Amino acid sequence: MVRINGEPREAAGQSVAEILVAAGYDRRAVAVERNGAILAKADYDTTRLVDGDVVEVVCFMGGGC
Amino acid sequence: MAQKNEDSLVIGGHEFTSRFILGSGKYSLELIKAAVEDAGAQMVTVAVRRANTKEHENILDYIPSGVTLLPNTSGARTADEAVRIARLARELGCGDFVKIEIMRDTKYLLPDNAETIKATEQLAKEGFIVMPYMYPDLNVARDLASAGAAAVMPLAAPIGSNKGLVTKEFIQILIDEIDLPIIVDAGIGSPAQACEAMQMGAAAVMANTALATAGNLPLMASAFRDAIAAGRKAYRAGLGRVLRRGAEASDPLTGFLHD
Repeated sequence: MVRINGEPREAAGQSVAEILVAAGYDRRAVAVERNGAILAKADYDTTRLVDGDVVEVVCFMGGGC
Repeated sequence: MAQKNEDSLVIGGHEFTSRFILGSGKYSLELIKAAVEDAGAQMVTVAVRRANTKEHENILDYIPSGVTLLPNTSGARTADEAVRIARLARELGCGDFVKIEIMRDTKYLLPDNAETIKATEQLAKEGFIVMPYMYPDLNVARDLASAGAAAVMPLAAPIGSNKGLVTKEFIQILIDEIDLPIIVDAGIGSPAQACEAMQMGAAAVMANTALATAGNLPLMASAFRDAIAAGRKAYRAGLGRVLRRGAEASDPLTGFLHD
């Protein structure tokens, strides 16, 4: 089991690129953190998730003061 | 070599001719382009959030090209969380600017100055252009400068309050004593208040809620633009003095009537 943005998913063994596509994220518009460390975009295809991984997928949104 | 603007704002080696930093929160993406254009803003703040798989709108598609993005770390409660958000923001690929916002207090949303100093030090070491949001305190501002801040962003009043220059006296101390751009952030609710901040010598003003809660957002953006430019001109011109008491004629007293 892998947690992606707080949601448990059966995604162990899949690459980060695969889970982004499957979940409908726009790869160009997001940044990915895996177990607290930034994952470079160049590594999305080669990085495979393992059981217990915690993945955060973030993007920009409106914000100010 | 391009001619330098005679009154440009320089932050972290980047030159801006606008002194209006615009927030992009609390209003629709469709309004962002008009807001940025009518504000004449060259720097716009954005937040970093968990991506939503149901919405595919990308805010970056709505921000005119050439505008510098200033990602903030809102949502961070500690220096470590702010550093984490800043790194993610940089990975999103829009430059090295970051506005540090660290709040533990959820009622008044006041910044945690101590954690902000820690995050500033770390992020400056990592090569970010760090613009910390802070409660105006001279000692803290000095520490932020030593920690490598590129500008200091004191609050005028609690975020989103539109109350104006509640901390005016303390912001003035920062302007007078800190050798970095002082950018008045949070609480500025009207163009008059923005103008006053600029007259005091603030390097720039940031506003968001004042526009987002206005009746006509682009028109208010334009009003802020004019007010900020006017305040800056007044500061550069040097305000006239205020008499302690009495009056002083501005025209020659017509003596012949009583001769």
